[in-house]
Formats: sequence, C-alpha cells, structure tokens
Amino acid sequence: MKLYIRSSSAISPQKTFGDNKFPDELISFQSNRLHAIEPDYKEWIDPKLIRRMSRIIRMGVTTANACLKEAALQQPDAIITGTAYGCLEDTGLFLGRMAELHEEMLSPTSFIQSTHNTVAGQIALLNHCHNYNNTFVHRGFSFESALMDASLLLAENIEYKILVGGVDELTDHSFNILSRFGLYKSAVDEDIFDSISRGTIAGEGAAFFVLAAQSSPSDQAVLESFSTLYKPSGSGEVRRFLEEFLNAQHLTAEDIDLVITGKNGDSKNDEWFADTPQIFNKSLCINYKNLCGEYPTSSSFALWYAINIAKRGIMNTVGENNSANRKLKNILIWNHYLGIHHSLFLVTTC
Amino acid sequence: MKGSPVFVASAGTVSAIGRDVNSSLASLEKGNAGMGEITMLETKHRGLLPVAEVRLTNEELAGITKLSSKTPRTALLAAMAAGEALQNSGLKSIEGLKLGFISANTVGGMDKTENFFKGYLNDSSYGRLSEVVHHECGAVSEIVADWLGIKHYVSTISTACSSSANAIFFGARLIKQGYLDAVVAGGADALTRFTLNGFNTLMILDQQWCKPFDENRHGLNLGEGAGYVMLVSEKLAARLPQMPLATLSGYANANDAYHQTASSPDGTGSYLAMTGALSMSGLQPEEISYINLHGTGTQNNDIAEGTAIKRIFDPNYPPMSSTKSYTGHTLGASGGIEAVYSVMALQHDIVFPNLRFETRINDLPFSPTTHIQKGNGLKHVLSNSFGFGGNCSSLIFSKS
Repeated sequence: MKLYIRSSSAISPQKTFGDNKFPDELISFQSNRLHAIEPDYKEWIDPKLIRRMSRIIRMGVTTANACLKEAALQQPDAIITGTAYGCLEDTGLFLGRMAELHEEMLSPTSFIQSTHNTVAGQIALLNHCHNYNNTFVHRGFSFESALMDASLLLAENIEYKILVGGVDELTDHSFNILSRFGLYKSAVDEDIFDSISRGTIAGEGAAFFVLAAQSSPSDQAVLESFSTLYKPSGSGEVRRFLEEFLNAQHLTAEDIDLVITGKNGDSKNDEWFADTPQIFNKSLCINYKNLCGEYPTSSSFALWYAINIAKRGIMNTVGENNSANRKLKNILIWNHYLGIHHSLFLVTTC
Repeated sequence: MKGSPVFVASAGTVSAIGRDVNSSLASLEKGNAGMGEITMLETKHRGLLPVAEVRLTNEELAGITKLSSKTPRTALLAAMAAGEALQNSGLKSIEGLKLGFISANTVGGMDKTENFFKGYLNDSSYGRLSEVVHHECGAVSEIVADWLGIKHYVSTISTACSSSANAIFFGARLIKQGYLDAVVAGGADALTRFTLNGFNTLMILDQQWCKPFDENRHGLNLGEGAGYVMLVSEKLAARLPQMPLATLSGYANANDAYHQTASSPDGTGSYLAMTGALSMSGLQPEEISYINLHGTGTQNNDIAEGTAIKRIFDPNYPPMSSTKSYTGHTLGASGGIEAVYSVMALQHDIVFPNLRFETRINDLPFSPTTHIQKGNGLKHVLSNSFGFGGNCSSLIFSKS
C-alpha cells in the first residue's frame, strides 16, 4: 500500500539534521569510520536527561521528535523502530564492568538502557504516548520490518499517523570487532568506489519518518512500495525479485528516473549491483553508503535521501552532473546488507 | 480490522519444566516447579540465586537438534520449540506455502559474547570471532529459520519481556493481510550472566523461589526456554488433518509511558493492553475464563497488573495464575511459553495453579488460583506480557 511521508528527519555523518545543508555542503571522508554529526540536543531533550542517554538514544529521540514537530503531530498512533544492534554503548559498558568487577558492585543504569526497545520506549515516555510501540531487531531487515509493521497498521487503521525509524550506533567495541571480521577498508580514498578492494567504511545514524495512509498537501514524498528478499541463491534470484517488484507497480526499468544503490565499495558486496548500468540504462544511478557509511539500518538513511531528493522534485544529487535537471518521478532504492538482506523501495514525488 | 480469523495449528515449548509440550503439561498438572540452583551458567551467583534452567546442556541440545554445540543457547532452545511446533503442524508436507518465522529474543548470542569479552577487554585483538558472529538478536533467528527451512519472511522483535507476544500477533497480522499463509511465531531466551547480573543490580531477584501475586513477594527468578505457536490462515486450517488447537481472537499493544523499567502504579499500559485485546475480540471481561498473568513476582509488576485487572474485572474475577511460578521469568521467551500454556489450558480445559501463593496482596480484592481446576469449560484465555520500556501486550486465545 502507498505510504505518504508527512515528515522525515535524519542524523547522519552528513549535515542532514536541522538546518539541512545536505547535499550542498558535503562531508568527505579519509577514514574508514564515520561519525554522525550530532546537533545541540538541548533544543530537543531536557538537558537533565541528555547526560544519562547514550548516543543512540539521543539520536533516535531527537530525530523522532523533529519528525513529530515537522508533522505537527503531538502523539503518533504508533512508534516503531528498527535497530540491528540496539544500545551497543550501554551493552558494552555493562559487559565491561561485569568482567572487570567480577559480577560485583555493578550499577544498573547501563543495563536498564541496554535493552533494544530503549529508543522506542524513551520516545513514548518523553511524549507521554501510550499508543502501539514496537521494536524490530532483525539485522539488515530491522528497518524494513518496522516499515512492514507500519504498513500493516495503516491498512488496519486508515486514519493513523505512524512514527517509524531506523537507528544504529557505532562504538569503539563494535568498530574494533567488525574490523576484525574484515568489514572495513584499511586505507580509504575520497571515492570508495574507485578501487577494487575488499572492505567498506563504517557508518551510523538515525532516520525517522511520519507515515500516513491518506495523502495530504504537506506530504514530502510517497513510498509506493517496498519489499525484501532473504538469502537469495544468486544474482538471478535478485533480478527476478527486482522484475517482480517493478511489475507489481506496473513499471519497467525505463520508468525509473533515479536509482540509489547500496554499493559500499567492497568488491564482493558490489558484485550484486554489477547489472545496474545495463538494467537501468536510461536512469541516473547513484550510491549512498559513501555518504553515511555501511550499517544494518542504513536503508533508513537511503529513504531519507530519496525523500530529500523527491521534495525538490529535480535531480540534485551528489557527485553527478545535474545540468539536465531532469524532471523526477520514480526513485528506486536497491540495497542489500552482507548479501543476506536485500530490499527495494519505490519512492515517488508528490 | 477484524479480518478472517487466525488459528493455532500446533505448539512447541521447552523450559525448566519440560523439553516439549507433553512433558511441560505433565509438570504443570503435578505442580512441579523448575527452579533450582544454578548448574550450567558460570557465574558468581551460583548457590545464591535460584534460577529455572533448562536441564539440557548445549551439547545435549545440539545432539537433539543436530545444530552445532557452539551455537548460541538461545538459538538451540528456539530450535527445540519452533521445531516441535512445525513438526506437529502437519504443514511440512504441504508445498508452495508462504511460510514465515517471527521470533523474539532479548539476549541474542550474549551467552557467547560475554565469554568473548573476558579476553577481548584485556587485549582487543583477543577473543574468538566465532563467539560474536551471532551476537545480534536477528542472527539467532536466522540460525533457526535456516534450520527450519523457512525463507519467505523472517523477522525478529525485541521489546523486553513482551517480545514474544508482539511476535505472535505480528505474525497473525501478516497472515490476515495475505502476506503469509502460516507463521511459526514466539520467542526464546537463554540464561546469561548479562541478564542475571542486570536484574540483580535492580534488586528484583528473589533469593527464594518466587511468589507471584503474594503480599510477601520478593522479586522474580530468572528462567530460560522457548515457546512457539504455528499460526495458520483460515483457508490453510481447513486443509490440515487435525483440528486447530485454538483461535487467536484478540491482541493489543500499548505503552505505559511512565518509566524505563518500572510500571505505573495504576498499570495504565497493562490496562490498555488488556482492554485493547478484549475490544478486538468483541468479548466482555466476564467472558474471559482464565488469565495467564504476567505475574513476575516483583512488588512493582504485580500491584500494577493487579490494579489494572481490578479496573477491568471487578467484581467478577476469572481464575488466574502466573505460570512464572513454574518456569521463572524467561524474559523474551515468556510471552511465547505462556501463549503455549494458554492454548494448552483451552485444549485440555485446565486452569494451572499459581504455586507457593499464601497471602493476598492487601490492596487487591482477589487472589490467584492455588489449585488445579479441570472441567471449567474454558472458552477464552487472556495472556499478559509486560516489560521494560513500558511495552505491554495482551493476547486472547479462544476455543475454536
């Protein structure tokens, strides 16, 4: 079903939050670890509470509250988050102290805030919202699952307005451990897609949206459809998945004006997108993980990016020749995480 | 949206009181609780805090499931129960089904991660990566989904102690809206040092066996296990050789929005979850024949839940009990295990007793059931699951 985007907000390694200077002022990276640019949280959260909150809670609550404000919504009918890793900082703190102090004299604070539903719970708490509240924690499908829940709820209650978001934080521990798995490049050029090497760059961030089933004059874009594919056997299955997705929308590849792919600069990862220029030979194809880094809920950043482009109605994208200013209708996000979780999103302009 | 009903075709569970549905039922009928001294978890709290362990080692669980014994214990437990649900559903022989696995857990592969951390903290190049490769909650679900051969739709929910209840009704809604024909839904959690120490710092662990809904209750006992139901569409239920065990007739999710860990004194979230589920099922409170309580045994939960029950049911209270007096609090698994027990209650027409209850809570006008009741003619069972983050969910199962 169609999901109308009433508002959107992102904290990311780019200047996406608040006075949104993205994509005019771009941050480029010479590091394999990107950090979200955090705003002055005092505008959004009671300073007394900020101190106790880890970064994932701050980022999540702030983008959520910014979305609610933009949509002029006091209480959403549901709060649904997706996070693959949950509250890693507090988890790491409690694990560390447990080992160091040999299970004695521990303080409960980091344990309390380590549960995966902390962000959704805090959004409810700070907004006094007793409505539906859920948290999905399924790796590269965490955000997609949250969207599915929102979509089901909107089909059940057509008048609902739902707050949905994806959020993950990178910590020293997670960066170290994921580096040991070989996820990240050791040397980083400005253009991570230039070299044919293994590894990507690590990212993090929060992106929230207010969704509705009914259109309104203030809609920023429309999420026409989205779909997921778990562990495909190979690129043939992904190709069929893509064709079926477009068919269901009565579209062909030629109808897609802009494709945003989940290429991340890792040679093996990007093989999944090898066909992109042939399939979408009439479309402009761009990437997004060079902007926000790789993380399991990065598709929420990609959706924010697509909406940000759709709002302007013209191609005004990063690192591409915009001279044509081609009129824009259909934007396709094509992502996968570790080759396991494949997802597609179709965003259209209003 | 009411839509077409969703049926429970089969169930599976493992906990301290049994390795499958039948042995769990036998323990429930005999009043055999699963608490005891810690025997498997390596912790300083051995001998000090009672827990409700599944009395099968990882090697034994691996022997039964044919998964590796290095698999996170949560996945091993999930495979036991989800495998039982799938096996008993009769669905395996039907081809071309859109089958999903919606699983809940709160610890993921934490049992391995906490071992990894010991070496890693001293030197960040230490620790076997195989111990953290399945750290994420979702990674545990994928081990089990792959083992079950379910690929069409796989997802994981983590809303603390209400996780499995949310997984079950998310699964039901996917069926109602035609995305799936059948879903194995529920949850699992293994005991870990992380959760044992976490709850210990909150000072809500009873050093004796827990006494849910008793005036002199002193907290909860942690447990471990898994519980899954096989939910099927109406169309598919008609094709199965056996009659469905129950209908999932109501469900609701609400947030207490009071405190990160504590429940509001009037149990707002619990009240909204129960009334929401009742309203969806179209039932009046007096039509509920048994409440499987969240009933953790903490001061805070039991008075909040009890106050909410009073607001809804006074003065006609149905029989009610907390089966956590048998299984301990199995966290992310509890909603799944208790959903299975609720279905068993309907199937065998039994109200399970609330063990070790002695004294009614002063501020509540009702007591839980202390003796097994059979032949009440149970028609509708309400199952409560409330948790951290204010997440509250209730399910209603009805005789089909």
